[in-house]
Order: sequence, then C-alpha cells, then structure tokens
Amino acid sequence: MNTLNAEWIKLRSLRSTWYTVACLFVLGLGITGLSMSGASTAYWGGTDADRAAWDPTSQSLKTFIVAQLIVGVLGILVVTSEFATGLMQTTLAATPRRNRLLAAKAIVATVVAAVAGQALMFMAFFIGQALLSGQDVPYAHLGDTGVLKAVVGGGLYLSAIALLAVSLGAILRATAGALATLVGIVFLVPALSGLFPDWMLGIFNFWPTLGAAAIFGTVPDETFPHPWLNLGGLWLGVAAVLTAAFVVFRRRDV
Amino acid sequence: MTTIEVRGLTKRYGSDVVVDDLSFSVEPGQVTGFLGPNGAGKSTTMKMIIGLAAPTRGTVTVGGRRYQDLPVPLTEVGALLDASAVHGARTAYDHLLALAVSNGLPRRRVDEVLVRTGLEGVARKRAGGFSLGMRQRLGIAATLLGDPSVLIFDEPVNGLDPEGIRWIRDFMRSLAAEGRAVLVSSHLMSEMAQTADHLVVIGRGRLIADMGMADLMHANSDGTVLVRAGTPFAHQLTAAGGTVRDGLEGALIVSGLSGEEIGKLAAYHGIALSELTPQRASLEDAFMELTRESVEYQGAAS
Repeated sequence: MNTLNAEWIKLRSLRSTWYTVACLFVLGLGITGLSMSGASTAYWGGTDADRAAWDPTSQSLKTFIVAQLIVGVLGILVVTSEFATGLMQTTLAATPRRNRLLAAKAIVATVVAAVAGQALMFMAFFIGQALLSGQDVPYAHLGDTGVLKAVVGGGLYLSAIALLAVSLGAILRATAGALATLVGIVFLVPALSGLFPDWMLGIFNFWPTLGAAAIFGTVPDETFPHPWLNLGGLWLGVAAVLTAAFVVFRRRDV
Repeated sequence: MTTIEVRGLTKRYGSDVVVDDLSFSVEPGQVTGFLGPNGAGKSTTMKMIIGLAAPTRGTVTVGGRRYQDLPVPLTEVGALLDASAVHGARTAYDHLLALAVSNGLPRRRVDEVLVRTGLEGVARKRAGGFSLGMRQRLGIAATLLGDPSVLIFDEPVNGLDPEGIRWIRDFMRSLAAEGRAVLVSSHLMSEMAQTADHLVVIGRGRLIADMGMADLMHANSDGTVLVRAGTPFAHQLTAAGGTVRDGLEGALIVSGLSGEEIGKLAAYHGIALSELTPQRASLEDAFMELTRESVEYQGAAS
C-alpha cells in the first residue's frame, strides 16, 4: 500500500502527467467533433446497405484510435522516465522488492487510464450523438441495445493498452523503443495485416485496433459475434506481456 | 550497531571480472574511504551492497541481512549513488515525499531532512533547475529520510566547488560522529586523507589494502630525513651509520638515522642546522604505489 501511494505521488507530482491527460481529452474530443461533420453526407449519400450498417455509437467512439496512443504514452513514461533519469536506482533502493514496485506502477497507470479513458468514452459518446442529432441522421441513446457495452468496453480497451504500455516500458526501458513498439502494435500491424500468413489471423481476432476493437460496435458483426471474447483475448495477451515484464524487471541489474 | 559485511563478492559481466573475490567490512562510528582508480569496481560493489546488481558469487549483508530482506530499507541504509538521478520536473519536496511514503515514513521527516541539508528554501522548486551542489544536497537529504545507521555515498564531491566539498566533508564527519557507518568512494586520495578514518583500496576489482588511515601513512613513509646545514655534514652522517644522497638546493636526504639522532649528531659536532624534516611519502604517492599494478589504462611514460 505504501508503494502504491508513493507511485501515485510520483505520477501526480509531474506536470507532464496532467498535460498528457489534457491532451487525451482535447485531441480525443476534437477528433470526435471533426469526424461527425460529414455524417449527413455519409448517411444519405450511401447505399441501403450502408444505412443498414449505420452505427452512430461506433462512429462517436472512433476517437479511441488516437486515444490509445496517448494512454500508451502515459503508461510507458511511468516506467521509462525513471530509467532515463536514473531515478530507478533511488526507487529500487527504497523499494527493493521489485515485483511489488512494478505491480504498483502497473496499477497506478492502469487505474488512471481507466478513469480518464472511461470519462473520455462517455464524453465522446454524448458529444458525438448531440452532433449527429443536429444533422437529421439516426443517432443513439445510452439505453439502446449494445450502447453501454460499447462505451464501457471502450474504457476497458484503453486500460488494457495502458497496461500493455507499462509492460513494454519495463521490458525495453527506453521511451523511444517502447513507444515505437506500441505504435507498431496498434497501427503498423493492423495496417499490414493483409500481408501476414493465414495462421496469424487467429491472433488478429484479439489484436488492438483489429479484433479487440469490435467492442466499439453496436450493430451485430458476423466476423466478431462475441465482442467481449475479443476484448478478453486482448487482456489475456496483455497479461502475457506483463508476465514477461515482471520476469525481466526482477532479474536485470539496474 | 550496524555494519556492512562484504564476503567473497564477485561480479562478472561476460568475461570481464569487475569485482573479484572482494571482502571487507564497514564499521560504525567511522568514515570508511573506498578508494580505487576509475573502473576499479567501486560503483559496482556499491550497487551490489544495495541490491541494484546481483553478485555472481559471494555475499553482502547489512546488519546481518541481505538488503532485499530489510523490511524498511530507508531506516537502515541511506545510499546516494548518483546525484543527478532525480526527475527534473518534480519538486524537491515531492521527490522526497514519494520516497518517504514508499517506506511508510511520516511527512515531517521530509521537512526535517530539508532543513538539515539547507534546502528548505528551494523545497517547492523543481529539481531540474538545481545546481550540482544542490542536487548533491537533495540526494543526501534522501539518504537521511529514515535516519539510517549506514550511509553509502559514491563519489559525493565530484564536480563540486570548494565550498560544496567542505560542506560534504564536514557532513560525513558529523554522520560518523553520530555513530553511523559511513562508506564513501573516491578516486582521489587527497580527498580521503581529509575525510576517512579507515581505507579500503581496490584495483581491478581486487582488494589492495584494508587499513586505518594512520597505518597507511606509516606503512608508506620511507623513513628519510631532509637535512640542511650551513657547513659540510655528509661525512659525519655517513660515519654515524646513515646513508646520504643529495637533495635539491644543497639539502641532504638521510636514511638510516632518525631526526633525533641527526640533531644530536649536529650538536655534538657543533654544526648549525637550518632544516631538519622527516620525509613522509604523500598519500598520493602511497596510493599510486598501491594501485600502480592495477590501473586500467596507463599513460606511457614520456
């Protein structure tokens, strides 16, 4: 508990933490606002099939694509900023039980990401629907089928990315390396997913931005009929990376 | 009383043996100087003491326990290995508060160590703007949070101005005077001469000397006496059993006779002496002598 408390003091005493959170909301909601402007053309200019697949909830939550990167930066810095400054030596001298320290860092980062991410998802949903309602296109209410699942699931999705980022930070120890790896995971691999062999497609069902992002939909999707399973798979994958982080963090000299 | 016990400590990185079968203890109530040329393995040894690096072989204990097993580490050991190891965007106060909280220490300890290190005026300033001397003080403040009985400092005076050096030196002395065990590393013998009571000298990871400061001075004094006389005196000295060679500016360097004997001899022969000085090898010389074999990269004599 002391370790957890100390890590929270460290995180909140840095201005960069609050800049990052501010950035999450400004960019996240900004993108939601901008992406809604073409809704009318997209709906009425599209085919019947397009209109049948119209998913106003998913549209308003699309901002997760950028939000996951910002939440990731937060998670990475919780670990790598200490390696970059050498502070990790002082921290480990005060808390030599390394498992406890990494656990505290993971919890603090994930909880902050969960709270901020969840708030962002709700705000993005309400702002997005408000903008849609002004454009004479169908929009969603929080009580509609699958909407709450998408919004809450979105918060859990972002928390998982933050935890993944903490793990990458602990494994790679350098901000640049961890961030490049995260970008590779959430952007590059999805962009290149068509190039990979068939046997890898199974993993993509649980991959960030790909299968795991099915949670944001409210219209039934034949490819991913059970979005909670896809999100659960993401969490399992993150748990595996986190386990590796614990092993190397415990073993390495600082 | 808490001591540090280093027993057969060895650290390898690949095929490099950085610390080689090192054994020594650090006793309470005195400043133990940990001396060696650059690259001798001082920092690695200190990292192993506080559990930052794992020994390849051997053990190191603080008060009989491994560092990792100390229930509240900051109350037993305060270590400052690198003064620049702070997050520059965090204030001095928050930096210390997080450390104190991690060990369950009360908030007032933060204020107390800030006062003791003279930093109370800049406690709310961000550490990134601190001078090296202030960072050094901040690092020392952190070591004192838990009022530990063992303190470890790695090259604490490196890069400081004379005032800062004096402050640190006096501080080390006062910590030892309070009965704490203080281990201070340096690669400068002259620095240690003014701070340490006991010396542990290593070179290439091996123990070279482990002795009291006075013993070291004594062991390495060459026992010669410098003599200046108004009239020729060498012949009488040789006759009395001394060995004489010429020093600078007409001085004689005499070995085999003590200063007292030379004085009596001069009086007997009615020779007026203008100088009679026992020669002591400087600590620098003693250090160079001890570590000559083990300096990592030696400049070629020109």
